[in-house]
Amino acid sequence: MPDPTSPLPIVRALGIRKRFGSLEVLKDVSLEARTGDVISILGSSGSGKSTLLRCLNLLETPDEGQIVIDGEAIGLRPTRKGVQPADRRQVERLRSRVAMVFQSFNLWSHMTVLQNVMEAPIHVQRRGRAECRDEAEALLAKVGIADKRDHYPAHLSGGQQQRAAIARALAMQPKVLLFDEPTSALDPELVGEVLRVMRALADEGRTMLVVTHEMGFARDVSSRVVFLDGGRIDAEGEPAAMFAAPPTDRFRRFIQTTR
Amino acid sequence: MNSLALMGFGPGGWGGAMVAAAGTTLLLAVLGFSAGAVFGTLAAWARIAGPLPVRLLADGYTTLLRGIPDLLIIYLFYFGGSVALSAIGQAFGAQGFIGMPALATGTIAIGVISGAYQAEVYRGAFGAVPRGQIEAGRSVGMGRLLLFRRIVAPQVLRYAVPGLGNVWQLVLKESALVSVTGLVELLRQSQIGAGSTREPFPFYITAAILYLCITTVSTWGFGRLEARTLRGERRA
Amino acid sequence: MDPVFMGETFVTLLGGLPLTLKLAGSAVACGGLLALALAAMRLSGSLLLSAPAQAFVFVFRGTPLLVQIFLIYYGLGQFRPVLQEWGIWWFFRDAYWCALLALALNTAAYASEIVRGAVLSVPHGQVEAARACGMGPVTRFRRIVAPIALRQGLPAYSNEIVSMVKATSLASVITLMEVTFLAQKLISQTFRAIEIFVCAGAIYLLLNIVVTRLVVLLEYRLSPHLRAAPREPASAEAAHA
Repeated sequence: MPDPTSPLPIVRALGIRKRFGSLEVLKDVSLEARTGDVISILGSSGSGKSTLLRCLNLLETPDEGQIVIDGEAIGLRPTRKGVQPADRRQVERLRSRVAMVFQSFNLWSHMTVLQNVMEAPIHVQRRGRAECRDEAEALLAKVGIADKRDHYPAHLSGGQQQRAAIARALAMQPKVLLFDEPTSALDPELVGEVLRVMRALADEGRTMLVVTHEMGFARDVSSRVVFLDGGRIDAEGEPAAMFAAPPTDRFRRFIQTTR
Repeated sequence: MNSLALMGFGPGGWGGAMVAAAGTTLLLAVLGFSAGAVFGTLAAWARIAGPLPVRLLADGYTTLLRGIPDLLIIYLFYFGGSVALSAIGQAFGAQGFIGMPALATGTIAIGVISGAYQAEVYRGAFGAVPRGQIEAGRSVGMGRLLLFRRIVAPQVLRYAVPGLGNVWQLVLKESALVSVTGLVELLRQSQIGAGSTREPFPFYITAAILYLCITTVSTWGFGRLEARTLRGERRA
Repeated sequence: MDPVFMGETFVTLLGGLPLTLKLAGSAVACGGLLALALAAMRLSGSLLLSAPAQAFVFVFRGTPLLVQIFLIYYGLGQFRPVLQEWGIWWFFRDAYWCALLALALNTAAYASEIVRGAVLSVPHGQVEAARACGMGPVTRFRRIVAPIALRQGLPAYSNEIVSMVKATSLASVITLMEVTFLAQKLISQTFRAIEIFVCAGAIYLLLNIVVTRLVVLLEYRLSPHLRAAPREPASAEAAHA
């Protein structure tokens, strides 16, 4: 449900285009998320959904279009090497407001789980160590791996690693959480524990954008579904309506083949 | 005399001598590398399949040789060899001191040193041969020798090419150390030229350039060889 | 073999050990710093910086160390008036500084490749995760890339240190009285090559074993994440990943 007290969207992408070489991956995509939105971004592989998510965190710089985070437009400027952020520091500052959870977890292998979670709050946000530790421990308890706090990533199962990565993202107290196929690298029996954590976050009213192949999550948890096809938004709407009566042929075929 | 004329091929020019010395360097490197192939193969075989005492001996050889300066080993063979030769000479009634031939000293010393490195390369390459292929060879009734000749050896060589390329570069550079025995290879020739003209810089810089040419051509050659031997190999 | 002679030889050779250690230690330290700079230049992405670094590495890895030593000590000696004018003749006149310079430049070339490889081996995803939470390039390098690269590069660097310890023996050729110089002198006086070789070899071998052990110890201290998990026998195989 959009929050009526916050008329401005937290994340807003306007007319995003992104090319890799001659391949145009995103062709004029616009998307916005308001407080409490849980948006599932669906699409077959190569539809540009991960690229879109990565643009929102500026891990990819869009060739055209605008990204607005928390009311602040990210300055972009053309260079010889393509479009680049005009101010690196602005990007670094805004990134901590849109935390990212990766498909392959990307936990820092030389740090324990607790250190992973405390790293960005201490060294990016420069908050006090004691405060960060308390908060990190609380977050680990929340995702259910408090007992693994002193383990290194290599010693955890994929599901535990991904839950640690979610705690790491939450530790920055972000306004939005971006999930890039968070369960795709997991063995089937480990998917459930991660989805449970994500569902709990959605129930708390967290703003989330989730690129996923989990149709159940898209249908039952998200407030909105966006279907990308060939670099364009082909369909979007409330999940119940979308799944009950697919608005486009492509989306119908997509949900038939992935089910 | 300016440096260019000094290194020229005309009368009074040292160019011819330097190129000839580079030839000696190459010869020494090839001989040393070949001797090393023999020592290396034996040591690798001993470490893979030898009985325990032989294996320990080979282990000791590779560890020792990689921890002791090459220069010391060259001195050992040079002086030690001369002493041994003199002793043998005296036994046959010869008089006085018999010096060890420098090229032989160099070949043996470089052979022993590079053998330790080559042993590691061959052992690693053997480890890379898929066990399943050896089993497949056995399953069609190949004997040990046939299996080695037709299945194992060709693949070991193929996997060994990059490592052998590194050892070859090592051998080329090591050959300069043999100059201390008086063998007139590239560095010794430069010393001679530098001494007699009192212009060391042109000689040593020329030597450096010639070494660089040899190592560069070698790198290119081993690169080509690697590309050829890895044909039909799926890239990871 | 004569134990009394061996004992005397050993004591004589130990006299050269301080110089060997000083050369190796200084060369590794100076060369290491230069290697970091060279690696940074090669990784900078700017051709203006990476091309000279690449040329340096190419030249110093492609020529024998002994030639480098001769070129610096004897070759540059030819330009004595110029070096005197620049006020750096004291440096190039001294065999010790020349040997040290050659060793340091040589190890810098090899070590810079180790550093570069180690930095490039840091998993891309972990760097990306650091970017994604707003770390700037400096923090990213200090907190994520450097610690992981350090652990990655240590084994290869340990080999490079051993090479340097061995390479100090070449300083004997320009009359520095380190262990190999003393050994060579003794051999040419007594012709007891084998006994002296055994003594000198043992000194180098012990030195290198100590170096290797120390690095292994450091590696162990720095890599708790590669060891077996605490009180969890089930994930033992993860330790070998």
